[in-house]
Formats: sequence, C-alpha cells, structure tokens
Amino acid sequence: MTATALQTKFHPVLEGTLQLEVTNVSAQTDSITSITFGDPLGELLPSYVPGSHLVVQYGTGANAYSLTGAGNAPREYAISVLRVEDGAGGSLAMHALSVGDRVQVSRPRSAFAPAATAKHHLLIAAGIGITPVLSHARYAAEWGASASLIYVHRPGTGAHVQDARDLLGSGLTECTDRGSFQEVLTRKLTTQRLGTHLYVCGPADFMDSVLEQARDLGWPKGLLHSEAFSAAALDDGQPFAVNLARSGITVEVPAGVSLLETLENAGLSIPNMCRKGICGECAVPVLRGVPQHRDLYLTDQEKADNTTMMCCVSRSLDPELELDL
Amino acid sequence: MNTVLNDTVRDTDVLPERIKHFPFPFSGDIYRYSANVEPSRKIITTEAGAWGGRLVHIDEHYLAELKDRDEVLERDPSRLQVLPHMRPAVWDAISTLLPALVEEYPDTLSFAREGNSCRWRNSLQDLDVEFTIGDDTSLPMGPLRFLGSQIQDDLVFLDHRQDALWLDAGVVTFAADWSVGFDVGMKFMEVHHPVPRVKEEKIASRAEQFLMRLQPGEQYRRTNWTLTIDRRLDTSTETYPDWAHDRITIADDPALPDRLHLRVEVQHMIRLPHSGAVLFMVRSYLLPLSDIARVPVWRENMGRVLAELPDDMAEYKGIIHYAKAASDWLLAN
Repeated sequence: MTATALQTKFHPVLEGTLQLEVTNVSAQTDSITSITFGDPLGELLPSYVPGSHLVVQYGTGANAYSLTGAGNAPREYAISVLRVEDGAGGSLAMHALSVGDRVQVSRPRSAFAPAATAKHHLLIAAGIGITPVLSHARYAAEWGASASLIYVHRPGTGAHVQDARDLLGSGLTECTDRGSFQEVLTRKLTTQRLGTHLYVCGPADFMDSVLEQARDLGWPKGLLHSEAFSAAALDDGQPFAVNLARSGITVEVPAGVSLLETLENAGLSIPNMCRKGICGECAVPVLRGVPQHRDLYLTDQEKADNTTMMCCVSRSLDPELELDL
Repeated sequence: MNTVLNDTVRDTDVLPERIKHFPFPFSGDIYRYSANVEPSRKIITTEAGAWGGRLVHIDEHYLAELKDRDEVLERDPSRLQVLPHMRPAVWDAISTLLPALVEEYPDTLSFAREGNSCRWRNSLQDLDVEFTIGDDTSLPMGPLRFLGSQIQDDLVFLDHRQDALWLDAGVVTFAADWSVGFDVGMKFMEVHHPVPRVKEEKIASRAEQFLMRLQPGEQYRRTNWTLTIDRRLDTSTETYPDWAHDRITIADDPALPDRLHLRVEVQHMIRLPHSGAVLFMVRSYLLPLSDIARVPVWRENMGRVLAELPDDMAEYKGIIHYAKAASDWLLAN
C-alpha cells in the first residue's frame, strides 16, 4: 500500500491512509453516536497523541473527528459524532455507518496536545467538545497526571458523562446551565495552582469566551490551549493555472493538489526532497504572477521578490502564474 | 595517476562492508550547512555501495559500541538525562523503536506486547527480558539506559511547547564535541546558537519549524559530518582533555591516513506517536581516510571539500589545524 497509489483514489488530505472496519456503533444520546474503527485483520493501530483527530472520508468529502481514547497502542479508534442536519453531510454519513462497513481514514493527527510540563490539566468542554478532552483525561489517568474537568451539557444530552465521572471522580464539575458554568469558571480560573494548563473545546463563541476570561485574569498565552482542526495541515487552497514558458503548455492546479504534484503529473521532473516547504530543493523560477508563499525556506525578502517559489506547498494569489519551466 | 586509481579499487565487490554501507555525505566539491532533510528509509547508492534503507542500523560494531556506551555511562552518568516530564516520551520511544528494530531484523530480534506487558528478545546479546510499559522499576537499569543498550544511536528527546522545542532528555555517549548534560533543558535555538552561519541563514529556525510540524508516523533524516582522530566515538565536551590535543599533532603524523576518520552522523527525526515528543536519533559512522581513499570519487570529493571549506566552519568543526593536511593527502594520492 503506497500513499501515492491512494492519493489518486482518495481525498487529497487522506495521505498515507488506513482502511478500517466499523467494529461498533452505539448511541450516546439522541443526537450523538459513538463509532469505533478497527483493523480488518485485528492488528494494533498506530498510537496517537491525546487530543488528536482522525480525518474520515465520506462520499466525496472528508471530515475531522476527535479521538476519544488515550491513544496508547489502541485496538480501536473511537469517535463520537453529533448529528448535524444542515451540515455538509459528514455527520449524517457517520450516523449511517454500521458494523462491518469499510472506511478510509487518515492516520491520527495531533493539533491539541497536552503540555508535558503541566502541573495540572484544567479541561473545559461544552457539548460535543467533550471528545478531545476525554482523550486528555484518559492520558492523565494513564500517567497519573493531575487533571480536572468542567463539562457543560444540557441535562440528558451529554455524551460520555459516565466515562468522565469514572475517570475524574471529584475532579469533574458538571454544569447544565450558563449561570452555574460562569460561576464555576470564574472560581476555577482564579484558584489554579501555578503551572496549570487550560484546554478548552466546544462551540467557537464558548471557546472565545473562556479564553478571553482566562487572559483577562492574567493567564499567560502559553498555558491556554484550544482545539482547532485546521491548524495541523495547510489548507487545500484555491485552484489556479500555471503557464510553463519553456514547455509552452498550461496546466491547471486543482484545490487540494500541490503544484509539485501537478508538474509531476504533467511529466516534468522537479528535484524535491521533503515536500513540506523546508528543504528548498523544489524551488521553481517565477516569471509572472504573485505566488502565495507557504514555505519555511525562502527568506521574507525572497518571498517579496516573487521570483522563486517552493512548488511543494506554495500556490498562487493570481489566477495564473508563469514559470520558467 | 588514473591508472593507479583504477587499479586500486573499481570492483566494489572486494570492498569491505564498512566501506560499502558508509553514508558518504558529499555529493560535490563544496559543503555548506543546509536543512538537508529527506524522508527516512530511502536507499542512497554511493560509489561504493548503498546506505539508508533502515531507521535503525545494526552493523559489525554493534556489540563493541554498546560496550563502549555502557562504560561511558558507568564513568559519567551525566550523559543520560531525563527531566521528569519526559518519562512518557522515553517509554514511547521504547514501544516505537523495539518493534521497528524487529521489522528490520526479524531473525535475531523479537518483541511481543500484550497491553502494557512486553517481552523483548535479542539474540545478539543473548537477552530475554520482560517489562511493563510505564513502570520504570520493571527495567532495573532504567528505561532510557535500557533502550540505549539495544541500539547504537545516541538519542535526544525534544518536548514541544510554547511554540518551541526543548531538549529535555537524552542518552548521548558519542557526542561530537557537545554535552547533553550541559544542553539539557535548553531550547532548540539555544542549543544551536554556537553553530556559525546557521543563525544568519535561518537554518536552525527553519529546522525547528519543520520539526514542530512533524506528525506522528513521519520519519525524516539528515546527515552531518566532522573529522575524528582515531576510532573514538566519545568525543564529548566532558572528555575534551583526552582527545583535543591530538588535533594539534595529527597534521604531522605519518599515520594520519589511518588515524584520521571521516565521521558521519545519520540523524533521524521522528515524532513519537503517543507522547508527541520529537525523537532525534544520531548514529555515528567512522571511516579512516585510508578507507575513503579506496573509493576514488570519494577521495577526490572529500579532498576538495576540505580544501574549499571556509575557516569559520573548519574552526567550529574543530578541524582547522589539520584539514589542509588531510586534503593534501587525499588529493595527492
């Protein structure tokens, strides 16, 4: 199984993917379903960092879901999905899965990791935001780290409530209305021991509010963590065209496909190494147009010159670029 | 002269393994620092053979180098450092590297895991050991020292926090003029501060950015090099008095071609899957100039690289006193 073979068949973000089988589907609440995936041959799955997410393919799309386990040499990957009737379709597709179905998933990606040096982990979740912090709570239990959780959910609609109670005992504070949460939050934010890290996951306005209050109370930025699915990978970008001056051809670069891949598919041999915008090998000369530089290789000055771009990660701000290729 | 070169060795079959698998680092006549990273396990063919197909490489020096490491650690326990928050990372490295080793050497090694209970058998050392992941007392010498007793690589663990990497653990017995005891607790950028040109050219900051973006399961590598007098792996700052003086006298020593070694570090960078720590593995290979010279292209490449190397780089690498002597010998023969 090679990543390149899969890339042509599957969604571009599913690089180095795993094909897994649905091993269990169970309703957490009326609107939240837990789904576990396992290796069809029963092999252990790659471990993951607490707070990681899995990108799961459905139809022509792909969605990221937080893993709810601790991540230590797991036999299964577990996600819990809130049904969103008017979403892009991912959650409905997940809710339609049944045991034995095959799904294509990414390797777990880490973008919400616990701080190893934390003296205490203060976890704060609202609604379906429980999923990544549950993973954190399990990891803390695995290593005997100190953790507590404030979990906001409406009565009877909270997922993993029993898991949270079992894991955290008296370290769990459940809030079922806004007023009581605000009271608990203020108290917790002002009584943590030095070296406490805060992790929050939930609706965007909920996270913003928690982070803003923490900052206002003097919490340093380095101690605040919030879940953001898009931070781990560069986004797909916009489609654009490249005119290859020497070759006399124009090729289209679709969203989600790199310029490097496009040039390779067009039969060009571009020297390259890391394919992540670091090594500088895949520099291509730009004759016209403004590249959208996304690499870590070129200096700010070189980027401003717009005469060179790293074709593995960089794209275009103009509809068309002309390259000296 | 060409006749002589061609007669010396052209048939790579007769070259010994140490030359055939040596990761010769120069591809041209000029060397500069760069973030020369590439995906690991890619086989690189050289003029003499090939290297690089493995993440962990066991060669004919395996037992001797591990004995060497053990003696260094007995003499100087400061070569092993684990800040308390790095315990999970060390166990993560054990549960990642032992299975990786078995994949590469299934005939001599085996690893079985049930939950956190593990059994490791290493027939090269006549070893059969059971331990429990997460339980430090299950490995009497300690988890990191145990891991260091199974592979030839030095290991450095970097914690990722506050948008930086911190060197917070390691077992480093074969350092090329640095000290893990001194560096432990420092940031990646602080560790690299003394390297010339690297700051101006932003190489270290790019490397750090790259490492911070590594995802679990990704494996990259790079090479670095210097010169070492005699087959001495432990050239750490702590033993400076033992080896530094040789650097002054070697230029005039008729035994220079046999005593002076090209030292190449194959450095692997992986993100550990469960702890999220970055593991930096340094495997050092030493080959004397007399062996380098058996491969004509290597002799010329290395001779020219040394002749051209700017003084600030030669000074930092600690080779400025004898780089010319080495280059003269390589280019004259």
